[in-house]
Amino acid sequence: MLLIKNGHVVDPASGTDTQLDVLLDGERIAQVAAGIRAPDAEVFDAKGLIVAPGFIDLHCHLREPGGESSETIETGTRAAVCGGFTAVCAMPNTRPVNDNASVTRSIIERADAAGMARVWPIGAASKESKGEAIAEIAAMQKAGIVAVSDDGRPIANAKLLRQVMDYCHSLGLPVIDHCEDASLAVGAVMREGPRSVRLGHQGMPAAAESIAVARDIQVVELTGCRFHVAHLSAKKSLELVREAKQKGLPVSCEVTPHHFTLIDEDVAYHTHYKMNPPLASREDREALLAGLADGTVDAIATDHAPHEPALKDVEFDRAPFGVTGFETALALGLEQLVHAGRMSLLRLVELFTTGPARVLGRERCIAAGQTADLTIFSAEHAWTFRAAESASKSRNTPFDGRSFRGAPMATIVAGRLVFRR
Amino acid sequence: MLGIEPLTAEQITFLLDQAKPLQQIQLHPLKKLATLRGKSAALAFFEPSTRTRISFATAAARMGADTMNLQAEASSLRKGESLLDTVRTLDAMKPDCIVMRHSSSGAPHFVAERIEIPVINAGDGTHEHPTQALLDALTIRDRRETLAGLNVTILGDVQHSRVARSNIQLLGKFGCRFTLCGPAMWLPRELECLAPPGSSIRRVARIEEALEGADVVLVLRVQQERHNEPALALDEYVLLYQLTPERLRRARPDALVLHPGPMVRGLEIDPAVADGPQSCVLEQVTNGLAVRMALLLVLMLGAPGDANDAMKGFSDAAD
Repeated sequence: MLLIKNGHVVDPASGTDTQLDVLLDGERIAQVAAGIRAPDAEVFDAKGLIVAPGFIDLHCHLREPGGESSETIETGTRAAVCGGFTAVCAMPNTRPVNDNASVTRSIIERADAAGMARVWPIGAASKESKGEAIAEIAAMQKAGIVAVSDDGRPIANAKLLRQVMDYCHSLGLPVIDHCEDASLAVGAVMREGPRSVRLGHQGMPAAAESIAVARDIQVVELTGCRFHVAHLSAKKSLELVREAKQKGLPVSCEVTPHHFTLIDEDVAYHTHYKMNPPLASREDREALLAGLADGTVDAIATDHAPHEPALKDVEFDRAPFGVTGFETALALGLEQLVHAGRMSLLRLVELFTTGPARVLGRERCIAAGQTADLTIFSAEHAWTFRAAESASKSRNTPFDGRSFRGAPMATIVAGRLVFRR
Repeated sequence: MLGIEPLTAEQITFLLDQAKPLQQIQLHPLKKLATLRGKSAALAFFEPSTRTRISFATAAARMGADTMNLQAEASSLRKGESLLDTVRTLDAMKPDCIVMRHSSSGAPHFVAERIEIPVINAGDGTHEHPTQALLDALTIRDRRETLAGLNVTILGDVQHSRVARSNIQLLGKFGCRFTLCGPAMWLPRELECLAPPGSSIRRVARIEEALEGADVVLVLRVQQERHNEPALALDEYVLLYQLTPERLRRARPDALVLHPGPMVRGLEIDPAVADGPQSCVLEQVTNGLAVRMALLLVLMLGAPGDANDAMKGFSDAAD
């Protein structure tokens, strides 16, 4: 038994936002109430801390199998719990691609063995994510995938996308798309605009994303499939999602901390600012901040994309896209959204918990009988993020050395304290 | 020396003033100074280049410096070595500076952050080509006395041109007004944001209008190799944008015609213009030596006024 005492419980599902104790019994929550007495229980004093449902990251890359020099399931899930995440959705672009049940099973087994954050794999939509033939989605679903995506290799063929959506609709799985018109993004290393022109970098226009969002939403109208836009970065894309939601279509979207924090003007020649979608314009960022606050955006997702130094310490146009994100996500959310006065703490917690859960058709709440996955954090704790001390195997972050107000203090998965600051 | 953008007008003037006395050497029968004897410059050209590489090698030789040559085609890059490892290997041979050409924008900046010795950008991707802009400025200043407030027309593929970017940065700091003209897909609106304070950039569709009242016409090469997009039909380019004697008459009668080379006669420029009295093409090449000598001098010795001191003995001997 573990008694979390004196904490401030923030539970978006019930709207709870008050001081309560939480008693855990094994893998479950036993009781949520004020002044719980449990003399036998081990006590975690959460005075001054927020007790939230376990954070879910809808979008990450754990690199295993195939990319173990950049990250493993063990190091990735360790970094995840350091960031307060109790469950992370691993994209299928591993080597081999997670396009069949045996890869799915091996990912889950390795995650269980690591014993840190839960890993909820996302299966490939097409075989080897080549965009040609549909993958073995039903078998992967039985093995444990929670959604389907060809992240990193967007489905160019609208007919295949329609088939995938039809099929996933029948299976009750959401389809996640990295929305990008490949022809507009050829050779691009950042967002097209004054900054790319100044730096001499090949840019991709915002339309490279929003054209694909518009197409995908129309395929949702054809199929009725639950559809989620990965790492949405452009104002125009957000408007399309807002419109689709107003029409009642089953469309959702996520935004990454780096897109709501940084803009294209921050890019120079340092590859830690190179990711896809690229950092967007000031105007786009303002729109994302508004969308996060007004509910158009459903979730904050990290797109944690580790790359070992040998891959990133190269010329800008030769470096792979991606930055790490688990350990700075909450702190950036607090900095940019809560401390900046853009939203309540309750809304921020929603973006990390019930928001992403709903995208996957799940529940997330702090109540008796629920699984004991909890994230305990401080909104005030002063600290400085040091990439060199990261639990991730990689160091590719634009936030190295940044000082923050607020941090994850403890992460509990299935009743076990897997991280404590 | 990574680009023109971070320099001030005063620093640019200083470099041009340093180059001025070094122009004489190119005309002298004995073209060698001993000022940089014992110094060595590594020439690291990761992208094919003939004229810029020869210009730097000659500039170094005429200053008395040795050069270490890295030929990208024959180097270990072909064997999979990273840029950083290649440059660190060069650096371990203890040159006093590295002159670097690379197809990636920002590659010299990336290298400069990781080694101690000066890095001279000899052209990076579609970003900057600072020594080209300096030699263009020297050429213009020689003929026009001043760089201030000129009307500069740039013709061609500005978007992919590092020469255009460096020239806009340099001449813009002296208050020049730019008119850009070329195929619309190579002239994105964002180019207008490049103008340094005190200068202006406008985009014009018709070449006749673009040339009206120009003091300087900079003709860019059509870079077929750098485009990700389908190239424009060359006949179309000739039809709309070739600099012909008739079109040039729209510019001021004493307008200068510059071209960074290599020049394709009959494509971006009519041979009659290339060989005409307004063409500065060969002067540009000669001035390239003086500018690069001055730059090597300043970066490897580092003291202002050196060029004049170096020339003192030379002039005496020559007279």
